[in-house]
Amino acid sequence: MTPRRIVSHVLLVLVALLFMGPLVYAVATSLKPADEVFTPKPDLIGSEVRWQNYVDAFTFAPFATYFLNSLLVAVIGTLVVVVASSLSAYAFARLRFKGRESLFVVFLGTLMVPQEVLIVPMYWLMQAFGWVDSFRALILPWAFTAFGTFLLRQFFLTVPAELEEAARVDGCGPFGSFLRIMVPLARPAIAVLTVFTFIGFWGSFLWPLIITNSVDTKGTVPLGLAQFIGQQGTHWNLMMAASVLAMLPTVLLVIALQKHLVRGLLVTGLGGR
Amino acid sequence: MAAALGRAEARRAWVFVGPSLAGLAIFTLFPTAMALGISLFDWPVFGERTFRGLGNYAELLNDPIFRRVILNTCLFVVLYVPLNVVISLGLAVWLGPHIMGRQAFRVLFFIPVMTPMVANAMVWRLLFQPGGLLDTSSQSLFGVHAPNFLGSTAWAMPAIVAMSVWQGFGYNFLVFSAALDQVPHSQLESAQIDGASTFARFRYITLPMITPSIFFATTMTLITSFQVFAQPFILTQGGPGVATQTLVMYIYDQGWQFLNMGLASAAGWVLFVIIMGITAIQFLGQKKWVHYDA
Repeated sequence: MTPRRIVSHVLLVLVALLFMGPLVYAVATSLKPADEVFTPKPDLIGSEVRWQNYVDAFTFAPFATYFLNSLLVAVIGTLVVVVASSLSAYAFARLRFKGRESLFVVFLGTLMVPQEVLIVPMYWLMQAFGWVDSFRALILPWAFTAFGTFLLRQFFLTVPAELEEAARVDGCGPFGSFLRIMVPLARPAIAVLTVFTFIGFWGSFLWPLIITNSVDTKGTVPLGLAQFIGQQGTHWNLMMAASVLAMLPTVLLVIALQKHLVRGLLVTGLGGR
Repeated sequence: MAAALGRAEARRAWVFVGPSLAGLAIFTLFPTAMALGISLFDWPVFGERTFRGLGNYAELLNDPIFRRVILNTCLFVVLYVPLNVVISLGLAVWLGPHIMGRQAFRVLFFIPVMTPMVANAMVWRLLFQPGGLLDTSSQSLFGVHAPNFLGSTAWAMPAIVAMSVWQGFGYNFLVFSAALDQVPHSQLESAQIDGASTFARFRYITLPMITPSIFFATTMTLITSFQVFAQPFILTQGGPGVATQTLVMYIYDQGWQFLNMGLASAAGWVLFVIIMGITAIQFLGQKKWVHYDA
């Protein structure tokens, strides 16, 4: 190794450490006693390592409920997104019907519309449906995206038509060949869509802030965390414990799926919300 | 026979497209049109609605807070987008094929992109707090207090930008990394043999080849940065005063604090028009600098 390359590696490690600083600080604070969060000197470890903070966070605020709610919203939301988009993607890629091309253009056009334009009429719509302050309102308005349709269509187009024709000769209808041929082949693309959709629902903040009134029973994790903003005497050690827990599922997902991430990013493009 | 088969296939196709089409019609197409309609009304959450034409838009133009909000949002965009692109591209180039453990670095820089924005922002709120890590570090290193980042008009916006760059650059970093991996080694090597400097090789071979990625990344980053909300909401609540209030915070405040849906909807359409405008300008301008002939 040349000296230049050694310097390059050392500097990169320093950059990475600097980058991780806030995360390390969050974990360190989450393990400190409450009265040692603000000390005159920077020290990461307090007089004791309080794992109890993680337990206390769950009694201090209904974080168990927030986590369950987030999980429910993210899992069901992702399921609806994946099923609806793969169905329509298959139709756009493989089935012939009148107006297919123009309908696809309409689908793509909806990608231009930012969520912020939709929230006012969406809130009004939820009032009209009587859905304000419900899980339905947290899930359904964002569960039909043209984005998933577009992504999966691109994959379905790459599947050779012969595979499907063979299945048809063997007596498979469109539903059969969709389920038995196309969906299994598109598994990597579906996995990418699943992860990005899950993360989108898991981290979503503006809409839950608007539509959820009963935060204690229907709040999601980001909404629960935000509850403590502006309160006097915020319990920072407990807040950091909750923040670290909120990050954990996604950190694990990133590590587990690192190999597919780069490719997934390039094909999905738009990524999270 | 063939026509009957075609009709059967068409019928089945609508079953496949149906759920998505219905969902998009109810939850995207209809609300988009509705937003324009609502923006033309005085539309309180409860009570009488009255038509006021372009009155809401006129009110926005004359509202000094709205003008300030637009200015703040533009300031965020102007600081955030170049920093994001330069840092993510710089690191992607630095982390070339000869760097050991590049996969680990990639994962690391991507983590905050995927973690909830609110959780990230909570961590940085503590970091910026008087008595937080930045303050105590400054005291031990230099013997002076750090500025009160989030409570100062001069520092609050840069602090929000810093947090946002930290959380967001990993996305473009991965996009650029993947694009750089596609640049053929043979060309770079033959240029090196011909005596081209490192800079010249980057400027005349690598850079032109990754312009589609740079175009894509800057367009997406520009669009999303105009939608900034959670970071100022958590870090400063728009303060001090209205120093860090952004366009989406204004929409939220008008709609759900002051219960004026008409004005909120008009502000939403202003955002939509800004986003359409940027996209159009980017796509018109791309002919001049984006090379697709790889």
